[in-house]
Amino acid sequence: MTTICILYPDLLGTYGDGGNGLAAVERARRRGLEAELVSVGLGDEVPDASLYLLGGGEDGPQRLATDLLRGSSFVSRVRDGANVLAVCAGLQILGMTFCVEGDDEFEGLGLVDVVTLRGERRSVGELASRVDGQLLVGFENHGGRTTLHGVDALGTVIKGRGNDGTLDGYRTKNIWATYAHGPVLAMNPWFCDEILAAVLGAELEPLTSVADQLYQERCRVLSA
Amino acid sequence: MAVRTVNRLSRLSRRGSGTVVGGRVGMKIAPDLVSSLTSGRCVILVSGTNGKTTTTSMIVAGWGGSVTTNETGSNMPAGHVAALVESKNEHVVLEVDEGWLAGTLASTRPSVVVLLNLSRDQLDRANEVRHLAERWRKALEAHDDDKLVVVANANDPLVVYAADVRANTVWCDVPTSWLADALSCPQCTLAISHVGSAWHCTCGFAKPVKVTSVLGEELVIDGEALKLDLLMPGEFNRSNAAMALTALHCVDVNLEEAIRRVNAIPSVVGRFSVRRWNGHVLRLLLAKNPSGFAAMMATLPEDGSDVWVAINARVADGHDPSWLYDVPFEMLRGHRVYCFGERRLDLATRLDYARVEFTVVDNDSLVPTSKETISLLANYTAFSDWLARSEA
Repeated sequence: MTTICILYPDLLGTYGDGGNGLAAVERARRRGLEAELVSVGLGDEVPDASLYLLGGGEDGPQRLATDLLRGSSFVSRVRDGANVLAVCAGLQILGMTFCVEGDDEFEGLGLVDVVTLRGERRSVGELASRVDGQLLVGFENHGGRTTLHGVDALGTVIKGRGNDGTLDGYRTKNIWATYAHGPVLAMNPWFCDEILAAVLGAELEPLTSVADQLYQERCRVLSA
Repeated sequence: MAVRTVNRLSRLSRRGSGTVVGGRVGMKIAPDLVSSLTSGRCVILVSGTNGKTTTTSMIVAGWGGSVTTNETGSNMPAGHVAALVESKNEHVVLEVDEGWLAGTLASTRPSVVVLLNLSRDQLDRANEVRHLAERWRKALEAHDDDKLVVVANANDPLVVYAADVRANTVWCDVPTSWLADALSCPQCTLAISHVGSAWHCTCGFAKPVKVTSVLGEELVIDGEALKLDLLMPGEFNRSNAAMALTALHCVDVNLEEAIRRVNAIPSVVGRFSVRRWNGHVLRLLLAKNPSGFAAMMATLPEDGSDVWVAINARVADGHDPSWLYDVPFEMLRGHRVYCFGERRLDLATRLDYARVEFTVVDNDSLVPTSKETISLLANYTAFSDWLARSEA
């Protein structure tokens, strides 16, 4: 059984981030794999999972989610190699520090050497980046400016802002992070499958669905 | 005078329905135009994420007689100026965009402000809903007119957070189904616990105890039991009506007469209206955001009939359709859904992952005709498109 776990959707789920869990579990199931989607609510223990999902949230909830995760088994699980997809605020939470409510610096989980400061202006709009020769398309809406220290970016921005106008997100052995929020896995079927394949340690059969048409349409629009 | 002339010119030159163009010119001529135009008039403001237009219409109808209102939904200062210039009635009801409430409170100095609900909507424009609640709270705190009555939804924690700074808030205990944006306390961010219709947080923030209006089987306002029997469908419209009538009670309108007029409203600006298009009979339902969609889907017949859904992502809709994943589309399992609008592929992908049967409509003429009335749910600009292309 493959377990996909959404962490604190009540706090981190501002922009349709639940779509990532739904897309991942559906794309696994349609290949005949047994997969379940669980979510961790306030007060719940963090269970064993093949993939953890962290979404975006407003300042107060982002701070609370960080403190709850800090006190949970999540940190040691990730240090031991658990897989994580983090989007938007989730990307900031895994880092060293981030800013909330003005310029107040807040301590992140320290799992990745990245630092997020308050950007000069909010980054709101379509985001497209090149990831290993493929386009990753989505929408960003955040106030952060993220600097990577000895960590690889996930992609190179071709439209929108991402971390800093040039790079988007980051990638470690077991973590994928992007500022493309919400249903980024639903909109980018290749990215969803790449993560699933890495998580399962197996090659996946091809799967066609209407998401392919959506992806092609967004690529056309965003690279025009 | 200049504003009215521009409104007429705009209409004559067919550059729009006339209201906003004239209003924009007006705002440039006099920044305090709204203040002078509302001076000496009795004003009720209506704001919130969902139900503004409907509730505004209910207050207008319930008040009776001639009432000035921005009935076309132009709910920012430009639209307010245009409406206020067009007709000079003593009674004024204005729908106000959530982001413009502070300025409009200060400029119109209303008798009553109705605060319906707050939930995620167009996040690319408005950003975060908790910040909106904070801005409402600051505006109400800063408002220096003690006579202002706030009529507020006691079941929406974000609304309560905004409105409980006023000493004389009139609370309405009305069914409110969408609470996904207020699961964490607006005061301290800890979890709010909901037990039945009550809710509270460990920090002490809780549902107001002293409520003036209660909506259950019947509607009770200030001890007076009333029979709410709306022509318009939906639990949410009952809640809107309860708050509209409470607002009217605050300006001493006879409730027996008001409720008769509110009950008889058939539709509001095309919403819930039955229209014809290409041999199809369509019931038009406006749904702009997750809570609106959830409420509208709950009104659909459970007969497996076809449902049409149209989604755009223009400026007025918000450019980011990520919210489709916050809509519980799983409710449509058992129906076949025809996907229309500029973002029909985003919709179809969402439905596919929800295991709902769907057809992407690239060519309108290929949709099979049905004898039954089809429910068409559409977001803002898609709704306008369908209202324009269909006939009564």
